[in-house]
This record gives sequence, C-alpha cells and structure tokens, in this order.
Amino acid sequence: MLQNIYVILDKMLPFSWMQYTFMKNAFLAVILATPLFGLLGTMVVNNKMAFFSDSIGHSALTGIAVGIIAGIKQPLWSMIIFSVILSIAITFVKKSNISSPDTIIGVFSSASVALGVVVLSMGRWGGFNKYTSFLIGDLLGISEMEIIMLFATMAIAILLWFAIYNSLLVTSINTSLAASRGIKTFRAEMAFTLLIAVVVTVSIRWVGILLINSLLILPAASARNIARNTRQHAAYSIVIAFVSGIVGLFCSYYVGSAAGATIVLFSAIFFCISFIIGRIR
Amino acid sequence: MKRTSCGLCHTVITNLTVKKSDIVIIEDININLTCGELTSIVGPNGAGKTTLLKALLGEIKHSGKLKYLNSAGQETDKPRIGYVPQHINFDRYAPISVYDLFAASLSRFPVCFRKSNKINNLIKNSLSKVNVEYAINRRLGELSGGELQKVLLALALEPVPEILLLDEPVSGVDKKGMELFYDMVSELRRNYDLTVLLVSHDLPLIAKYADRVILLNKKVLCEGTPKEVFSSPDFISTFGDYNIHF
Repeated sequence: MLQNIYVILDKMLPFSWMQYTFMKNAFLAVILATPLFGLLGTMVVNNKMAFFSDSIGHSALTGIAVGIIAGIKQPLWSMIIFSVILSIAITFVKKSNISSPDTIIGVFSSASVALGVVVLSMGRWGGFNKYTSFLIGDLLGISEMEIIMLFATMAIAILLWFAIYNSLLVTSINTSLAASRGIKTFRAEMAFTLLIAVVVTVSIRWVGILLINSLLILPAASARNIARNTRQHAAYSIVIAFVSGIVGLFCSYYVGSAAGATIVLFSAIFFCISFIIGRIR
Repeated sequence: MKRTSCGLCHTVITNLTVKKSDIVIIEDININLTCGELTSIVGPNGAGKTTLLKALLGEIKHSGKLKYLNSAGQETDKPRIGYVPQHINFDRYAPISVYDLFAASLSRFPVCFRKSNKINNLIKNSLSKVNVEYAINRRLGELSGGELQKVLLALALEPVPEILLLDEPVSGVDKKGMELFYDMVSELRRNYDLTVLLVSHDLPLIAKYADRVILLNKKVLCEGTPKEVFSSPDFISTFGDYNIHF
C-alpha cells in the first residue's frame, strides 16, 4: 500500500540507511507523529496535564493485560479501550473535587500499572519478559498497517484540534471566564483528554511506555522557554519535535541504539538549549 | 455603539438556590437589577457571593430563574454576560499573549495557526477603551495586576454585554489603581447602559461607586442604597458599625 511512497523516499533521500523498508517505515512514522506530538504537547503543557498523559502511557500495561485475558491477538484495541475508560474515570473523579488531581491520577496510574504487571507476570501468559518490548518500544518494527493507522489518528487529531483549541485555551486560563463566553468547558476538556489517550496509546508500540510522555512533553516544554505567544509556541514545538525525530532516528541507526530513546534524548538537548536562551534573553 | 441610558432593561433573579451535596450554599435569592445601575454584593467570607456569580454564569447547578427583559420588553433567559474574574490563578510563564486570549474568545479558527488582521484591529479598539492597547502583544504573565484587570474588563465588554459581573476585580491592585478601575467601570456603565453586578470587600469604594448594595449571607439579608444598607442592623452585626461619609 505504501509502495509509491517508498519510491518517492528512495528518490528524495538516497542514503544508505534509507534503503531498508523498516527504516522507511520508521522514517514515515517519525515524520507523521512527531509534528503531531509537538502540537498536542503545547496544550498538555499549558493545561498542566503532563502527569495525566504519563499515567495514560503506563496504563497501556493493563490494556495489554486485558487484551491477553480476553484473547485479543492485537492488543492495540484493548489498550485504546482501556486508556479511554481510564481517562473518562479520571476526568469525572477530578470534576467531583474529592481530592487533588495529582493524587487522583497517581492512584489510577499506580493501580493500573500494578494490575498490568500482576497479570502479565503470571506464568500462564508467558511471563513479563515477553512484554518488555512495550517498555522501550520498537520503532524499527513498525508495520505498514500501523503507519496507516497512525495517519488516520493524526487526521482525526487535527480535525478535533481545530474544533476545540480556542475553547481549551480560554479554559486553561480561567474556567469561569470560559463559561461566561459560552464555552462548554467540561466537554472541551473531555474531548482533549480522550484525544491524548488515543494518540499516546497508538504510539506506545514504537516509542515505549517509559518514553512516550517525554515525546509529548519535551518539545512543547522546550518551545515554551522561548515562545511569547501561541503561534510561536506551536511552531517552535513542532520544529523541535520534528528535528529531534529525524536526527534521533538517523543517529540510532548508526549507534545501534533504541530509536525512541535516542529521539527523546535529542529533545532533551533542545530543552537545555532553549532554557539557556530563555534565561539569557 | 453607544446606547442611551433607558433604565428600562431589567434583570430578574427569582428563587435562586444552590446546594452542594445537600448543604445549602445560597437560598432563595430574589434580586432585581436595572440597567445603568451598579449593584454591589457584600457579605462575610463564605456568604456565597462567588457562588451566586457562578450560578448566574451557568457554571454550577442551581434552581430558580434568571430572566432578562430588554427595553423593548423582549424577554430572554440567556442574556449576554460579561465576566471579570477574581485575581486569576493562571500560569504566569505560559506563552499566551493578550491577543491570543481575545482571539480565542472571539473566534473559532485556532489562534496558534494564524494571526488575523481583522481580529487584531478589533482587539486594539477594545483595549483602547480601557487604555491598554499597548499591551496587545504582551504575554499575560508580563502584565501588572492593574493591566491584567483592564484587559479582562475589555474582554468582558467585547461584545458589549447586557450584564457585567465583576468578582473582586481589583484584588492585588494598589488603591490608586482601584479607583482608576472603578472610575472606568462607572463611566463604561453610563456609556453602554450596562447592568453591573459587583462582588467586593472594599466598603469605602462601594460607598463611593455603588448605586445599590445587597447584603448576602446565604440569603439576601437586606438591600438598598449604600447608606441604607450600611446603617442596617444586619450590616452592623456582620461588619461592625461602619462610619462612612456619604
């Protein structure tokens, strides 16, 4: 299905590392996903949702466990369903103001990690070692189908972004102010929460549970050090995510390291640079 | 844009009650507001002042009715409400400019993708009403307390609302800044014939600027001119004998 795109890639980027199909797939995944992560990250950072997205990443373990118990071969669907249920639960408990959001997310996150590890470590399902690839991800193992899935997710994410961005921005400043402008604050926040849950879960397989959140947070946090308005924030964040993605993938090929982690490391370097620039200015 | 003061528009709040898990926060509030008047709500901490405003904004569940009658006698239960929040607790390092806040409130196209000249001019015009047009490209976190309140006031007035709600709008601003702010609100109220509802703790300023005062403590305890309310027994038992020259 992606043959035509492979031909284009061969012509445009005639490098030795691009001759393998797995590298082409990885490259496509990176150029599709990193700008999206950069863009979504700006709102995650502004809305102080870093801990939330982290816990969604961790909950993938339980998603896999649930899928295995239910006998689903492709755990992606059970992961998505579980992360969606978890984020709805967190949002509702948060709304009821029983306890601080940090505590609530912490409780949900640790409970779901524990449940996932307990189920997956049971001998009956093959032991935990079988699933460690989910922890650090496997970018080079991404399949054609997964790239198409990623593209579809990205298209939906962009559409939703257009529909809710302005509402979310005003809500992030003050919910009462947003309500006075006729914004349905709860609906907008819920939509964004679900969007993050789905995007994070779809990408877990190739970035890894341990690093998925860094990919979302680091570019936006770096851009924030130097941006003065939302346009700069989005633009810098997308560029940083994209450049880290390409350079990270390239380096991981030559060094022989895990691609997801190498990409995150480059984002972290960008954070240090932007932090220093932000301080000097 | 200017509307002449008519005194014919009425906001009628009937039987407004808010409960949070069976605890009554405010009960059976009945208030009539007239356009061109600045009504101030006073009361001790926990009296339900902010709750009342949030109920009027539709942000929290309540029973009772809000009805707005314009000068032509047309009735609506969803008047346009402008709201200036209490000193807002946002992240001061967020890269969100004054333009971003306005444009996100006024339009649908994501402000992170495009800056519109048309909206930019509209915002400049809005900000010039409260003399802060120079701040349009500043980050919200860079504004002083006074500037931020003016920006939020300008935002509440765009588009011109039927009711303007102000919740402790000048906390964290010095005395001179407060007076400037209230002078501005007073003048805007006359120019646009606004119905203004103000929650404040600052009794001398209320005495100076409010046309009417409502003393709230879960219920409306008393209402009238500042002089009438400040000398009522309920007021004295809440705030003490308050000697103010009217």
